[in-house]
Amino acid sequence: MTIHQLSIFIENRSGTLIKVLDALKEANIQIIASTIADTADYGIYRLICSEPMRACDELKRAGVAVALSEVFVIAIDNEPGRAADAVKAFSQADIDITYMYSFLNENRGLLIFRTNDNERAQQIITANNMQIISEEALQSLV
Amino acid sequence: MIWNPNKECMSRDEMSALQGKRLHKIVEYVYHNVPFYRNKLQELDIRPDDIQTIEDIHKLPFTTKKDLRDNYPFGLQAAPQSEIIRVHASSGTTGNPTIVGYTRKDIGVWSECMARCLTAYGVTRNDIFSVAYGYGLFTGGLGAHYGVEHLGASVIPAGTGNTEKHLKLIRDLGITGIACTPSYALYLAETMEKLGIRKEDIKLRVGAFGAEPWTESMRKEIEERLGLKGYNIYGLSEVMGPSVSYECQMQHGSHINEDHFYPEIINPTTLEPLPAGQTGELVFTTLTKEGMPVLRYRTRDLCSLMPGTCDCGRTNVRMGRIEGRSDDMLIIRGINVFPSQVESVVLSMPEFAPRYMLIVDRVNNLDTLQVQVEIRQEYFTGVFDTPAAIDALEKKLAAKLKSVLSIAAKVQLKAPNTIERSQGKSAHVIDKRKL
Repeated sequence: MTIHQLSIFIENRSGTLIKVLDALKEANIQIIASTIADTADYGIYRLICSEPMRACDELKRAGVAVALSEVFVIAIDNEPGRAADAVKAFSQADIDITYMYSFLNENRGLLIFRTNDNERAQQIITANNMQIISEEALQSLV
Repeated sequence: MIWNPNKECMSRDEMSALQGKRLHKIVEYVYHNVPFYRNKLQELDIRPDDIQTIEDIHKLPFTTKKDLRDNYPFGLQAAPQSEIIRVHASSGTTGNPTIVGYTRKDIGVWSECMARCLTAYGVTRNDIFSVAYGYGLFTGGLGAHYGVEHLGASVIPAGTGNTEKHLKLIRDLGITGIACTPSYALYLAETMEKLGIRKEDIKLRVGAFGAEPWTESMRKEIEERLGLKGYNIYGLSEVMGPSVSYECQMQHGSHINEDHFYPEIINPTTLEPLPAGQTGELVFTTLTKEGMPVLRYRTRDLCSLMPGTCDCGRTNVRMGRIEGRSDDMLIIRGINVFPSQVESVVLSMPEFAPRYMLIVDRVNNLDTLQVQVEIRQEYFTGVFDTPAAIDALEKKLAAKLKSVLSIAAKVQLKAPNTIERSQGKSAHVIDKRKL
């Protein structure tokens, strides 16, 4: 059970990030969490937000290179070592975490990540009784 | 020193008479041997006998690179295949290269012209001369090679690879002369410094540099770092190859071997001839070539002509530095690159919008080419959420560009609608090289 993340291609020059944020503001979309993977020439701005489908359409209309990616969100206890425990389960099953970011919400940690094998990742999540966050649950945060 | 004073120091009247006689002969020759020229002349109602003096050249039609391409591969060849002893090729705008066949006499004329160049640079049969142009389809390597042999110096066919070994030979053999591109000369200097070889350790004294644009400041730098004197050499395969013109000790313009290659300067828009001293497009008519003669071939190089006797004693007309191009051809690391080649590759990949920008620069004396393209919004899908995926897409385009252009280009992906839509062709290019 994955959720939709927006992946946005952003060139490394002034004015490109604000163009994206302005378009989201204009459409009354709220950002829940975000991160930028930066390279020498460009960045990939990944974000989860309210109404991802509509946000994607609005950004496309604004001329932004945007796509929807499927990522997992799991909740972990707010104490040291819990992220390590979670990632170890995937690692032991030889599932690659392509990228990951996190935020803290109501005294629990939320890990957002993409894997190279969503089907098996889902099995690991179920087998380990990990607390997965659905799109609806995530939307209730805003 | 002058290799052939009879031809290089002719009086103007004698030269004009010789050129007129040869022009008549070459027009008659192509009229009877190349249907392309016969048709063109017949359309203009010109017969070979209408061309008697060099002034009559203005009656003749122009020949363009497109004509050469349209008649690929041997359509403009005048000599029978049995007379052709060598074939060179140069890159075209798209698709077919330009094929140039040479007869034994052509190779002889080329070697003679090349010997004139080398002698003007001060090279003699006592020199050991290294040819570090590319050997192969490119005319640079073999053209210079035959000239050095004809002159009687010892030729070292070094080519362009293995710079360290080449430097070892330069030092150990006491090589005194070298022919290469100016940027390769600088690369040689750099490698030399890296290896700890000082210019006092080597005996290089003469450099013949050409095949790409260069400047006076590059000349000074090369001369300073390699401890030699650098001379310009000019040529193009459609006309012959290197040795169409050459600098003398005065280094005030390059003398054209005008008994073989008749130069004109025209206004590239109106095609009207321009008076001496004015800058315009350089046009050549080959006066003695047998394999593939050309009538009024438009080089697209912009420069001016300097008539009059040079302080060196030569009377053959000089051309100034190439000041630009009347088309959009770029010379990058000695290779001809047309923006239309890049365009054809970009258009062949649905991932990219049909817009692109070429950014040419010179970093550490080496030309660099960057190609910017826009990803199409509909192709930017969820798989492109990592730099690795985007890099792979850039590499896919880079590989295709390499196979078409023969030089490496760095691809930079841009967001949709960020590359300016251009009207003219040249707007696709930013050339940052300060030449």
